[in-house]
Amino acid sequence: MSEITPHISVKNLNVHIGDHHVLKNINLDIPDKKVTSFIGPSGCGKTTLLKTFNRLLDRQDNVRVEGEVLVDGVNLYSPKTEVTELRKKMGLLSQRPFPLPMNIYDNIAYGVRLHSKKNRAEMDQLVEHYLRAVSLWDEVKDRLKGPATRLSIGQQQRLCLARGLAVEPEIILGDEPTSALDPVSTQKIEELFLRLKENYTLVLVTHILRQARRVSDYIAFLYMGEIIEFGPTEELLLNPKEKLTRDYVKGFLS
Amino acid sequence: MRKAEETFFKALMILCTAAIAGVLFLIVWTIVSRGASSLSWDMVSKIPEGGYYIGKGGGILNAIIGSIYITVGSVVLGLLISVPVVLYINVYAKKNSLLVNLTRFSFDILFGIPSIVYGAFGFTIMVYFGLKTSLLAGVVTVTLLIIPILVRAMDEVMRLVPDDLESITYSLGATRWETAQVLLRQSVPGILTAVLLSFGRAIGDAACVLFTAGYTDSIPTSVDQPAATLPLAIFFQLSSPIKEVQNRAYAAALILTVLVLVLGLAAKYFGKKLSKNKI
Amino acid sequence: MIRERLITDKLAGGVSRTLTLLSVFSVLLLGIGLLTRSIPVLRQVPLTEILFSTEWKPMKGAFGFAAFILGTFWVTGIALMIALPFSLLSAIYISEYAPYRLRQLIVPLIDLLAGIPPVIYGVWGVLLVIPFIQDHLAPHFVQFSTGYCVLAGGVVLAIMIVPLIVNILLEVFATVPKELREASLSLGATRWETVKKVLLRRSRPGIIAAVVLATSRAFGETIAVLLVTGSVVQVPHSVFDAGYPLPALIAANYGDMLSIPLFDSALMLAALILFVIIILFNGVSRLVLYRLEKQMA
Repeated sequence: MSEITPHISVKNLNVHIGDHHVLKNINLDIPDKKVTSFIGPSGCGKTTLLKTFNRLLDRQDNVRVEGEVLVDGVNLYSPKTEVTELRKKMGLLSQRPFPLPMNIYDNIAYGVRLHSKKNRAEMDQLVEHYLRAVSLWDEVKDRLKGPATRLSIGQQQRLCLARGLAVEPEIILGDEPTSALDPVSTQKIEELFLRLKENYTLVLVTHILRQARRVSDYIAFLYMGEIIEFGPTEELLLNPKEKLTRDYVKGFLS
Repeated sequence: MRKAEETFFKALMILCTAAIAGVLFLIVWTIVSRGASSLSWDMVSKIPEGGYYIGKGGGILNAIIGSIYITVGSVVLGLLISVPVVLYINVYAKKNSLLVNLTRFSFDILFGIPSIVYGAFGFTIMVYFGLKTSLLAGVVTVTLLIIPILVRAMDEVMRLVPDDLESITYSLGATRWETAQVLLRQSVPGILTAVLLSFGRAIGDAACVLFTAGYTDSIPTSVDQPAATLPLAIFFQLSSPIKEVQNRAYAAALILTVLVLVLGLAAKYFGKKLSKNKI
Repeated sequence: MIRERLITDKLAGGVSRTLTLLSVFSVLLLGIGLLTRSIPVLRQVPLTEILFSTEWKPMKGAFGFAAFILGTFWVTGIALMIALPFSLLSAIYISEYAPYRLRQLIVPLIDLLAGIPPVIYGVWGVLLVIPFIQDHLAPHFVQFSTGYCVLAGGVVLAIMIVPLIVNILLEVFATVPKELREASLSLGATRWETVKKVLLRRSRPGIIAAVVLATSRAFGETIAVLLVTGSVVQVPHSVFDAGYPLPALIAANYGDMLSIPLFDSALMLAALILFVIIILFNGVSRLVLYRLEKQMA
């Protein structure tokens, strides 16, 4: 545990949505260049916690956030932080793949065009690079100008991943990214995650414990808005320290 | 017994529906048959000559051009105002905040206000600023009339766009303005329909321009001159006691009807066509 | 580059916010604007006389709007009585009975009807409705009629508001889930019984909303009624009497407005009265709707 260098550091985080105290006193360090998974029953706050990392929570009405979320030492919630730049550091992969209403090429190019100016050749290279990175290049190279919505759902999710990678984030956030996919596509995405952790820090929300076991290095177990336990995967799953964790994990891994 | 009741009402329903469809054809046919005979090339190419209203020569070019000026002007001005408002309530403001709900509520009210009230209000503004009846006053008043129409139509379209789209663009590091542009691009067919709808409303409305744009037999050359409009041209000609002039009113009505029908059909056509990359 | 993007963002946001705030205030602005111009006549003539007197002699300073207010109610009432049954039955047919192809044909037709300018309706009214009433209908009932009467106004208005009502009703019916209809039918009800007991009950708030919108439209329609109602200052006592709805009053006297003292103020007051009637009407129906929806939930 002493070896991990935290990329994200959460200190005393409390989140209220309306009257509901959704996250209570969260203290957590997300290790750098490792895969961390959030697990827990529905409604425990794991997606909310994820959304505090890229401040997507700001867009909801009636949200109050107290505490600090530090990324590379900088508090995301300090009034001085520029949200747009911050969000670029975090890539988001949602539950349902959501291609932008553009063709495949533009989907990847969109984010890049926001932040920099590239000429045609450079952009072509970039698009190819990221499509290769998600093993999609061979499947779509002949129809880059076709609508992204024509892809299969597994392909769409990989496209969304490529789109997110194209803005060169440091951290990838995944909100149950494979729950809408078939087993084969799920496997492909999981393999990608394992490759990506060499260069990125990954934080995933999942309700599939087997997936958490296959993919993550560390797991955080949340229950009713609190972090009950956090530790290396094998340790937490096979030797949980807390009773709640034991109860949750027990039924699924039999 | 139950079956009988159903058959009875079904027959009644078919009758009603047929009646409604029938009325449309009746109206169009009446206008066409009465108006076509009085339609002449002169009508659309000349302005009224002296004594036009008692039967002398000329045409209603003044009204045609006047209507075009006012309609185009008000739609452009209307878009300039309504697009930012719709973007504000759909992108910038927090969803369901007080301001957003209040805005939608206000526009619901404004939508239901009849054009004569807008016309009267336009008149009060004119008097306040010491303006005379003019093209400018007409454009401003018609703009007020169509802004609620534009806002309502565009808002409906934008609300349909899933929230996920915004989550994606934000998480890619886009600003709210950039996200708004993606939303706009997604809503183009709806916006076009809204524009054509308001075009139709603007060109056909008489009550709004009566007090504000006035009427004249010439074509305005600057914004502070009065302007004639098609609906008023029809109205004034119809009120003349001379048969010849009344017939010309029908011809003018035909021109207006054709214009509006074309606009309506175009709205439907383009609405369907522009949905290539949509979700 | 990031700085420019942020500045653009803030600028766009500021402009949009200002315009939005202005829009919210515009309802108030409208009311205040009209009120200010109405004050001269309000100061001269007591409110009771304005609202309840039927004496309308602007040259003598008598400004009783009752005849016009009543004229508006007559015309709107007739229009609603004609339009509602037609629209309701038609909407039910289109939504529940008509084959798909027919629906594809009819709905655009109704939309086109909705887009026809009021003045065209007025012209058509003059060409067809007036002669019909004068020659064929009225002789059965009254001694003499020019055909220009509130009935003509009501008929023309009715046709104008039918597309509006049908459109809203179709939308409302579409929100009733298919499963509900299927449940009723599988219990052995006929389609008509399903309509009566399930669809219409569910759609009550929507139907009311449609009626409210259509009524507002009818209240405010100017040029179509101006052309066919006769413009006689009197309180109608039968459908064949001529009338003078409020909007028609405002439009018709525009020319004389500035030459008679207080006349322009009176006309602005007429517009204000119309404005207030419509807002009150909308407000009350919103309340009714709200209660209804709470009941049904």
